[in-house]
Amino acid sequence: MRISPTKFISLLFLVLSVFYLYTAYNIQVFAFDENAPFNARTFPIYLGWAGIVLSSLKIILPEKITKEVNHKHLDYKSIIYLIIISLIYAAVILKIGYFISTSLFLFASYYFLGERRWGLMFILSFPFVAAFMYLLHGLLNIYLRDPFLKYIGVMG
Amino acid sequence: MIEGILIGLSTALSLTNILMVMVGCFAGTIIGMLPGLGPMTAIALMIPITYGFDPSTGLILMAGVYYGAVFGGSTSSILLNAPGIPGTVATAFDGYPMAQQGKAGKALAIAAYSSFAGGTISAIFLLVAAPSLSKVSLAFRSPDYFALMILGLTAISAFSSKGQFLKAMMMVVLGLMLATVGQDSLSDITRFTFNNMNLTDGISFVLIVMATFAMSEALTIVFRGKDPNRAAKQISLTELGSIKVNKEETIKMAKTIPRSSILGFLIGVLPGAGATIASFLAYGMERNYVNEEEKQKFGKGSVHGLSAPETANNAACSGSFVPLLTLGIPGSGTTAVMLGALLGFGIQPGPRLYQTNPEIFWSVIMSMYIGMVVLLILNLPLIPYIARILAVPRNYLIPLILFFSVTGIYLMSFNNFDIFLMIIIAVVATFLRLYDFPMPPLILAFVLGGLMEETLRRSLLISDGSPNFLWDRPITLIILLITITIVGWQIFSTFRKKN
Repeated sequence: MRISPTKFISLLFLVLSVFYLYTAYNIQVFAFDENAPFNARTFPIYLGWAGIVLSSLKIILPEKITKEVNHKHLDYKSIIYLIIISLIYAAVILKIGYFISTSLFLFASYYFLGERRWGLMFILSFPFVAAFMYLLHGLLNIYLRDPFLKYIGVMG
Repeated sequence: MIEGILIGLSTALSLTNILMVMVGCFAGTIIGMLPGLGPMTAIALMIPITYGFDPSTGLILMAGVYYGAVFGGSTSSILLNAPGIPGTVATAFDGYPMAQQGKAGKALAIAAYSSFAGGTISAIFLLVAAPSLSKVSLAFRSPDYFALMILGLTAISAFSSKGQFLKAMMMVVLGLMLATVGQDSLSDITRFTFNNMNLTDGISFVLIVMATFAMSEALTIVFRGKDPNRAAKQISLTELGSIKVNKEETIKMAKTIPRSSILGFLIGVLPGAGATIASFLAYGMERNYVNEEEKQKFGKGSVHGLSAPETANNAACSGSFVPLLTLGIPGSGTTAVMLGALLGFGIQPGPRLYQTNPEIFWSVIMSMYIGMVVLLILNLPLIPYIARILAVPRNYLIPLILFFSVTGIYLMSFNNFDIFLMIIIAVVATFLRLYDFPMPPLILAFVLGGLMEETLRRSLLISDGSPNFLWDRPITLIILLITITIVGWQIFSTFRKKN
């Protein structure tokens, strides 16, 4: 039996709702609140049941497929690259600082999306991020934490 | 009211705020013009920039971005037949054929004049309606608010789901589930944090908006990059033709604008409806109003057909501010983003905003007029130049959107857990979008989640746990009956389609 992607997503949502409901019933409430008309569990319990009912209906009811997604037209390679460099960016931003990590992230993103004009790629990464940081930190007075720039004495 | 208008004018006409309206309209136009990016993304991207401003200035900037993005959306509809937002889909019906006939400049000018007129007329309605509604809404109690939020969530699911009501309702539940993560507001008990300290304060609203809109939009554009159906059918962006509108066309617009403005405003006020429904209804209504000869021109470059949806979508934008400013309940995804931003400024919109922060209430309304004038003055002569933005290669556009999204979150928390969480949510949202699970219901539910739980708590405590509060008060009962009608209609139309 072939299950449609929508029904598969609904099945995942059903599993999520069951887990959510189970966790909701296990929320620790104060003893005096246990039998109150409303406590920290009440709303999540309603939501858990709502999720179960809706996802079950979606799974059970017949589906009229209006739009087929053609997987040949989906660019999995580029999106995987982008997600990986985004994850690396998130991992290193605190360690090497905003300026270097963001500039490298932008440069790498341009590269993986197929750009090869090196000069433009450089301008739209390092100088662009520097100008953006000046706008936020220097002009709008919005604090931008950057341990590296602080270490070399560029930022206060 | 005169005093309020003067307060609003003095705030909105300060040099900083005029500059912000201009920047907002310009930035909104550019972002809204890019296919796939709408007002919600545009406003979300502006949130980090508004951190340094006072609330009035921040809101004025966002209102400018909103109008600019709606206008920008029509530009890509007319020039590329690729609407930036659903609200400008109907604009393409007659705007694109007009552009293909070598009258792109004229089509853009008609869109600009109609947007200006629709926005200005409906801002007058807002000026009159908002203070009166604020007074009426003071009579609302917790059960009424709870019922109203249920109505809003049901309505947005019905209207934004393209016939997939159950999918939209699932997104509502998911949004409410995400809103329950963190400390319970009354008892301080932590829920769904799994002993992770980073989740104790809950998931940030900006994170959810950035992930489900800005970042997920960018990933979707990359993901569908090979789809031949999505390749832009480009007409010349350098030779747009004259932007002059002749007398005959002006007369046609003059007939269309008043009725489309009224319709657009009324639709915009309804929770969940907004610019998309307004523009389609105005298009349909206009087609019925015109004579047989004009009717034949619809879909082939009709002035009526272009002017009606453009007037109505801008009128609906002003209308959607009514429930936000008077009840504190956003009627659309975009105003939900604005509500989140307001809460970030420490302001709770609602009936008391009119009394507690009159400068914010009135300056937002006044800035709408200024925004409309700025849009017309700034954008009309710049159309041929702004249109070239559409030629920006996605190789640069996508990384810049990702960069703004990550920066927004980094500025908020200086914590990489939030960035990881945003990436995960964005990836999930990208797959959900691929299979037509709509995101606006999720955002609205996430924003309303806390307030909904609070009003349900009060209602249940007052009624001692009995569900009687749902029908004890006539207002609550009427609102719930409307909700049931919407659900019933959705079920009926689904079965009718299947048969």
